[in-house]
Amino acid sequence: MGQTCVTRSEQRRMLSFFSKQLIRGGVHAEQHKAATATQPIVNNFPLPEKLYIPLQQHVGKPAEPLIRVGDKVLKGQLLAYSQGMISAPVHAPSSGIILDVNDYPAPHPSALPIRMIVLETDGDDKWIKTYPVADPFQLTPEDISLRVGAAGIVGLGGATFPTAVKLNMGRENRIDILIINGAECEPYLSCDDRLMQERPEQIIDGVRLMLHGMETENAVIAIEDNKPQAYQSMKAAALPFPHIKVIQIPTRYPMGWDRQLIRYVTGKEVPVGCRSSEIGVTIHNVGTAHAVHKAIRHGQPLVSRVVTVSGGAVTRPMNVEVPLGTLISELFNFCKVNAGQVARIVMGGPMMGDSLPHTGLPTVKATSGILALTQSELKNTNEQPCIRCASCVSVCPAGLRPLDMANNIRINQLDIAVDLGLKDCISCGCCSYICPSNIPLVQYFKYASGEVAARQQAQHKSEQTKRLIDARNARMERIAQQQREDELARIAAKAERELLKAEQEALV
Amino acid sequence: MYVLSAIVSLTLLALFLGFLLGIAAKYLKVESSPIVDELESLMPGSQCGQCGFPGCRPAAEALAEGKAPATICPPGGSALAEQIAALLGLDLDLSEVKEPELLVARVSEATCTGCTRCFKVCPTDAIVGAPKQIHAVVADACIGCKKCVDVCPTECLQMHPIEVTLRNWRWAKPVLPVASNAVC
Amino acid sequence: MMMHMKPSSGAHVGAKNTVSHIMWQVMLAISPATAFGLLCFGWPAFNLFMITVSSAVFFEAFCLRLAGRIAKPAIMDGSAVLTGWLLAMTLPPWAPWWIGVAGSGLAIILGKQVYGGLGQNLFNPAMLARVALLISFPIEMTTWANVSPLFFSQSPGFAESWHITFSGLENLDASTGATTLGFIKTEFSQNHVLSEILKDISGLLNFIGWTRGSLGETSTLLLVLGGIWLIRQGVIQWHIPVSLLLAVTALSSVFHIIDDEHYISPFLHLNSGAMMLVAFFIATDYVTSPNTPAGQLVFGAGCGLLIFVIRTWGAYPEGAGFAILLMNAATPLIDYYIRPRIYGRDRQGKPLEIPKS
Repeated sequence: MGQTCVTRSEQRRMLSFFSKQLIRGGVHAEQHKAATATQPIVNNFPLPEKLYIPLQQHVGKPAEPLIRVGDKVLKGQLLAYSQGMISAPVHAPSSGIILDVNDYPAPHPSALPIRMIVLETDGDDKWIKTYPVADPFQLTPEDISLRVGAAGIVGLGGATFPTAVKLNMGRENRIDILIINGAECEPYLSCDDRLMQERPEQIIDGVRLMLHGMETENAVIAIEDNKPQAYQSMKAAALPFPHIKVIQIPTRYPMGWDRQLIRYVTGKEVPVGCRSSEIGVTIHNVGTAHAVHKAIRHGQPLVSRVVTVSGGAVTRPMNVEVPLGTLISELFNFCKVNAGQVARIVMGGPMMGDSLPHTGLPTVKATSGILALTQSELKNTNEQPCIRCASCVSVCPAGLRPLDMANNIRINQLDIAVDLGLKDCISCGCCSYICPSNIPLVQYFKYASGEVAARQQAQHKSEQTKRLIDARNARMERIAQQQREDELARIAAKAERELLKAEQEALV
Repeated sequence: MYVLSAIVSLTLLALFLGFLLGIAAKYLKVESSPIVDELESLMPGSQCGQCGFPGCRPAAEALAEGKAPATICPPGGSALAEQIAALLGLDLDLSEVKEPELLVARVSEATCTGCTRCFKVCPTDAIVGAPKQIHAVVADACIGCKKCVDVCPTECLQMHPIEVTLRNWRWAKPVLPVASNAVC
Repeated sequence: MMMHMKPSSGAHVGAKNTVSHIMWQVMLAISPATAFGLLCFGWPAFNLFMITVSSAVFFEAFCLRLAGRIAKPAIMDGSAVLTGWLLAMTLPPWAPWWIGVAGSGLAIILGKQVYGGLGQNLFNPAMLARVALLISFPIEMTTWANVSPLFFSQSPGFAESWHITFSGLENLDASTGATTLGFIKTEFSQNHVLSEILKDISGLLNFIGWTRGSLGETSTLLLVLGGIWLIRQGVIQWHIPVSLLLAVTALSSVFHIIDDEHYISPFLHLNSGAMMLVAFFIATDYVTSPNTPAGQLVFGAGCGLLIFVIRTWGAYPEGAGFAILLMNAATPLIDYYIRPRIYGRDRQGKPLEIPKS
């Protein structure tokens, strides 16, 4: 079924000139990948003295800590367990002593505090006892999901959706095809590229385990054609497994947007408001596949990840494997970042990533890259009037009209912007990238989305307030009524008493 | 002759239409303005008096008569101002609107005597407590009307801005370059 | 290392194109046709060109100062120069100086700045000014100089050109005539048929541009080359020029086949008047054309249709200006109805149905 699906999609691709386009919008951004993609992943990152491990590194509910300050923990030990349906546990990235569980600045553009566990490492980096599985294909698919969930694995492409939940949804929905996202379309980033070049067998193994966990037959690994070496090594590793296909896809940002990739590979479009599993497709990142391999085969939870450190201000740009919770400042020290040149620190890729206010923030499961960009690399911020050139319309992969949306947001017509499709914006940054007038379109959309949410909350609160006031007024009225009745009763009683008294006096 | 007939016909037409208008004004007269009710339903209804009117109803009446600007209600903020302007067909200059600085009351435990005065005046029952016990403010229900601050005998109730956390942090609106406003 | 920066959202990197870069590319693309026009019509055309462009810049600066804005950055984006340039291209080459000044004033003040400046205007400023001039000053706007190249003995010299530009032509008939389209229109009104009319008209000269006409509209060849270069550079999209030219070609072919004595051939249509300038440089104006490829196809076809209708049955021999203005007015409508399909939604904006396998 899935096999025919692939061949059909290939036919479709050939016919795409006549039928609908398979790639919508997108830009050819300058790559800047060579500096890091040609060097092997650096493994000798010095263990930091302190690790700051946020309890929420994933979509969903934050994990609940089960250690106490002063506890001694080993590498891979469970620090906080997942709570709720959509959540992920957090493990100790190294051995040491728990110093604190408190609020520290989050790796977020606002750097507002979030709950973190602070771990003082003891330098031994001693693993807790792990339970490797010799033949994981004997495990039931449910067991695979459980183990993946317990290892704290989340989507490592940046979405950080708990992987186990996705595997479960895959089993529930009967998936025809598993797509492994090796597009890595963001400029500068090359951590997935290096992972595919250096550890293709592990990735393929992870893919097979995922297929087993989802009870799915076929997988397609999609790699952008600017990574020929990664493609070759993955193809070689996938050779023994005919149900895992490795394909090359055109290099065009945002090819790694899951829905764009699904459309390109299968020709199907995910309807708005649906998950891809509902149309029989699931998509995972190559890094996630690698983490699944480690979790099942070696029993190791997710405690480290490969991070690209790049940008004009970095003297030694590299891909480096770091324990989760490493402060960016330590990374920058290791990579010899020239502090004077840094104009902006970006977490993630330069298209979708957010700027960070300072370097005292930890790396988390979502951190695919940390960029230290110089002023000359940044987009000019000198905003000019929109000339309606419609470049943004033609590059928008979601099919929106960014210029009209931004114009309406500028004059606070948020309702019109929502009508135009504000909620379908994926913040991919193509419009901001291409705009000749340097209009910060994505920031307009992020602002508007936040504002719309805030207004809905305000609306909700005002309704709530009205209900509270009505309830209070009703209660006050009831009390007043009661008082009036009591008063009347008292007056009546008094009158009666006086009447009695008068009668008695009359009798006397 | 043509001139005369034109004058006569236009005059007749004018008289007829004027007559129709007069009848319409008499029979289709609107008794009370439903717009006041509509406006009142939009407003928070907490009768907080921050607008300078003694409650939401008088404020709505003033709005309907055009005596108050659409931006009258500080707790409603720009969202409410926009709704009012849309209802009344007013032009709205939102640059004038200050987003309400969201304040909530907070009890300082050190000085609270448990006098219960504050929770008697709270319009939304946002203050909980019992006599002789320290009171507490439910921040989600507090509308920032400051009535409790006025009655507190020990000044233990103070208004504080709502704390910005990761959950309610929002991206700022991009500011237009200032150069366009400056004269060279 | 600690530093504090205000949050900024992606994209942190950007393409290297800017508004002024786009404007300069357009100017580069029309400069061959302009140079050829200046060569054909000599010093008076040069004077008019300079006057029109510089007064456009002057009016732009004036309006910006009036609005209390800094004029320099807005002028440096090149939009005012381009507007003046395009307007000059559409003027009769030996028109008096005040035509250029009034045209620039109309284009910049009424066509652009009253709407709020760059990017806000509903109508193409250059076409608005041209149509306004044509209606207001029909004599000056339809006095077409003969081709009189620079440095030829019969052509006006530099000194004489000042005289032509600033005090007008004295001996009109000797040095002027009608454009190809105007000539055909006049002849039609005298019930002549095409085979007689076209005896003296060379299609090839029309193609190269060696003919009477507006300053920069005559050379089909150079305008097309400039336009194709712009498309290759990605400055303009192919949709509007192609659909406009196709519409004109298709309509004129049909009518020409039906009656070749009363309907001029598609070749002549494409090689005469403002056709190529309009197709590649005016109709493709970002501000006043639709945003979506489909909308642009509709817009181009609409322009082509109107140009053909006005040329064939209208009172004016050339209808490009009117056609553009009419379609400019229809642009918001086109943009309202022709929207790109949002991913995961159908054309009506409803979420797609989940396909049943």
